[in-house]
Amino acid sequence: MNILDWFLAPFQYNFMRTAALAGVLVSLTCASLGAYVVLRRMAFIGDALAHTVLPGLVIAYLNRWNMTIGAVLAGIATALGIGWLSRRREVREDTAIGILFTGMFALGILLMSSVRSFRDFTHMLFGYIVGVTDAQLRLFALIALVVLVVLMLLHKELELTSFDPTHAEVIGLRPDRLRDVLLVLMALAVVGAIQAVGVVLTSALLIVPAAAAAMLTRRLAPMMVFASVIAVLATLVGLLASYHLDVSSGATIVLTCIVCFLAAWGLRTLREQLSRTRRASRA
Amino acid sequence: MRFCLPYSGRCREQPPTAAPALAAQGVVVRYPGGARAALDGLDWVVPPGARVALVGPNGAGKSTLLKAIAGLLPIAAGSLRVFGAPVGAFRHRVAYLAQRGELDWNFPISVRRLVLTGRYPHLGWLRWPTRADWRLADEALARLHLLDLAERQIGELSGGQQQRALLARALAQEADLLLLDEPLNAVDAATREVVSAVLRDLQRQGKTVIVATHDLDRLQADFDDALFLMDGQVVARGVGAVGERVHRAWLDNHRAAVAV
Repeated sequence: MNILDWFLAPFQYNFMRTAALAGVLVSLTCASLGAYVVLRRMAFIGDALAHTVLPGLVIAYLNRWNMTIGAVLAGIATALGIGWLSRRREVREDTAIGILFTGMFALGILLMSSVRSFRDFTHMLFGYIVGVTDAQLRLFALIALVVLVVLMLLHKELELTSFDPTHAEVIGLRPDRLRDVLLVLMALAVVGAIQAVGVVLTSALLIVPAAAAAMLTRRLAPMMVFASVIAVLATLVGLLASYHLDVSSGATIVLTCIVCFLAAWGLRTLREQLSRTRRASRA
Repeated sequence: MRFCLPYSGRCREQPPTAAPALAAQGVVVRYPGGARAALDGLDWVVPPGARVALVGPNGAGKSTLLKAIAGLLPIAAGSLRVFGAPVGAFRHRVAYLAQRGELDWNFPISVRRLVLTGRYPHLGWLRWPTRADWRLADEALARLHLLDLAERQIGELSGGQQQRALLARALAQEADLLLLDEPLNAVDAATREVVSAVLRDLQRQGKTVIVATHDLDRLQADFDDALFLMDGQVVARGVGAVGERVHRAWLDNHRAAVAV
């Protein structure tokens, strides 16, 4: 089998084309947001958001509502709940999130175990990107559009509140409200990511491509672009690899992202080494 | 009349009256959970164009006062007016330089873009910086001798250069009232000189500058007036020998108290 076939043959199937498109949309959304998640040290919140969406999914499933809408609502409710909890100071933020996230996840599992069929829930936990429907695809496209447009329109405010909330507040911005905006965007992104890689691995799509991009650049906007490119490539390669090797697509996609991260890390180390030797030889 | 697109809906064009830059009357500020007030009944008027120092030991209330003027801390009692209007009405006219630790210096942003954020109160939502904004940022960088470093990531600067970058941002903001929290604390001699020169320039342009400082030696040379704070209360005023003597006396007392 030649290399072109390896890349193209799977796409003769409709489900693979849909899966690839879904993967691209989801990874674009997660990776561009991921820059903020990494820089603002919100990785734990990303993970928590993914887990708290579970009861929303299950309740929607049990009532035969649209599951993706259920997830979106649960995600937004959690995002605002986290924002509210972190503004009050009775409990430390990470503790508050830990309580909220394990509680909601346990509720989800409890509801799940009340139903006989576990198969759909395995998909929730570990992802099922080849099972994406056309309706879901349209929703993912909408989510990607919303997230990218908001990130662009609020770029200067989000950037400023991320590194200098004091100046932002002095000139009249509300850093906590902008954080709420980010949390809601994360909730939206997480919904797509759950379909792609599952609840358990969702935070990887938020964090790993952005962390890889952070190794390659020291500017925010390029970091978002690099993260998106890395995420899209890793998702496509991971999807194809999982098709050929017949293994879990979610896990393969995440591992491909990790490989990209290691490569970026290596590249940076190499570059630093080079500039150091160059400086040494000049001296 | 030029309309300033507000971030908070409260930023308006400047009024025609020649109101004092700062008028504080019986200002009380409490930190949540704090037993005693961090500022306890402060009265103070700063005329426009003055260069004044806030002097006092750590915990005296210097930073608290600056933060209250900047709108970062609510006042519990009294009235605090900036250019004749309540705090928060003229956000684009007030620049606040926090101590360096309050900013994430590892964030991937260039020095030039950091200075550009000084233009944001003039832009507001949904508007991108124009060429004129970038030019103002570059002029501010040049005045603080940072133009060569403009494309560096902010964390690559030394402490003194970071302080200068923050002052450059305040210049780019074209603020009329500058609040500086210990700007010369632990910076190199070159930065000291540049910052002092810029502060003198600002005064010549009629800007009001309030500086929290420990440095008594430069008081008479650099400031028109000084306010000596201790435990949230004013204990002396003026750059003359009286205030200085009082202040030195407390410092000695303070040291003695610590030693015991």
